[in-house]
Amino acid sequence: MKDQNLYNYVLQHADSSLILGQRLAEWCGHGPILEQDIAMSNISLDLIGQCRMWYQYAAEIQDEGKSEDEIVAFRDAWDYRNVQLVEQPNGDFAQTIFRQFLFDTYSVHFYEMLINSKDERLAAIAGKSHKEALYHVKWSGDWVIRLGDGTEESHDRMKAAIDELWSYSGELTKPNETETKAFEEGYGVNLAALKEKRDAKIREILTEATLEVPESTYTHEGGKDGRHTEHLGYILSDLQFLQRAYPGQEW
Amino acid sequence: MSEERTNTNQLINQSTIYQILENVTDPEIPVISVTDLGIVRDVLITDDFVEVIITPTYSGCPAMLEIEKDIHNALKKEGIDHFKITTVLSPAWTTEWMTEEGKQKLKAYGIAPPNPTNPEDIECPQCGSKNTQLLSEFGSTACKSLFKCNDCLEPFDYFKCH
Repeated sequence: MKDQNLYNYVLQHADSSLILGQRLAEWCGHGPILEQDIAMSNISLDLIGQCRMWYQYAAEIQDEGKSEDEIVAFRDAWDYRNVQLVEQPNGDFAQTIFRQFLFDTYSVHFYEMLINSKDERLAAIAGKSHKEALYHVKWSGDWVIRLGDGTEESHDRMKAAIDELWSYSGELTKPNETETKAFEEGYGVNLAALKEKRDAKIREILTEATLEVPESTYTHEGGKDGRHTEHLGYILSDLQFLQRAYPGQEW
Repeated sequence: MSEERTNTNQLINQSTIYQILENVTDPEIPVISVTDLGIVRDVLITDDFVEVIITPTYSGCPAMLEIEKDIHNALKKEGIDHFKITTVLSPAWTTEWMTEEGKQKLKAYGIAPPNPTNPEDIECPQCGSKNTQLLSEFGSTACKSLFKCNDCLEPFDYFKCH
């Protein structure tokens, strides 16, 4: 392995994109209306496309001759490094929207800042992904406003979604050792600066949506170091089945 | 046979490769070629070896794999055996690289071409009216969103600025 920290950093982002992409794909054919079904499938595809760029890089750093597919299919839950937010169930449409919004407000700023990474490959992945993240955050932000400032029922459902997911929001901007080191070495993003931008965006949208920003700063954490909620195992059993039953398949 | 191939290869230059690529079309939008789309970033030739450099449109676009295969087959068909296709991520693809000709072809096909100067001002490809309305940010493929014309009432795809 050329650089263990860089590998972990890359894997963290690959895994979060993959798991959220997989979660969103569960909506395919079940969306509330056709246009939004298509929107979620589109965003899912973007995320899965993005995670492939990350995994391909991870495979090169690892340098053990493993393919991107092997990295995805033959690791168990404790080796996955995605944030806990993305493995949370879809719930109703409001919950899916709010999960997406919490992720998008992070990823749009993350990619925007990662474009300046001294690692050229990370900068290239960021340049490509940032454009897509801009669409995503516009979509999820618009829906937060529409549901929050909508009917009594849609407002209540958004409120319930916030109550359910808020405690998973903070992990995204709370650096673990890998991220601290990545920032110090000049290829990672400064999460303190990112947090400021993201908090401002969340506040702006929730206010417009007539929803309150929760005061609690408590956050679940540990996903980035391999500690997960019970949901991840079920996702992986779906996601990895084909490759484990018939090894050697390609994307 | 191999001598013949060497002879053909000596004639290879950038413009012959570009001519071949002009006939490789997008599998989702078959009227527009990979050169029209601006996916082909460069063609490098050293001796008899050709390198075609392409860039993905959207990172999750399933058409990219097909496009790579189609380029592969088109080159083979023209007797070019020594080549590779390289994908580069940076600089990221933008619809600004689409050719004017490509935009006209899209329009004739019924897809409104990207309008970077005024993204709010989308012209209906059927009747030319600018009285149009966004139905959905996301359309049948990653590169398109869905619009409706308020004059002729037809729905249409708009190729997003990216």
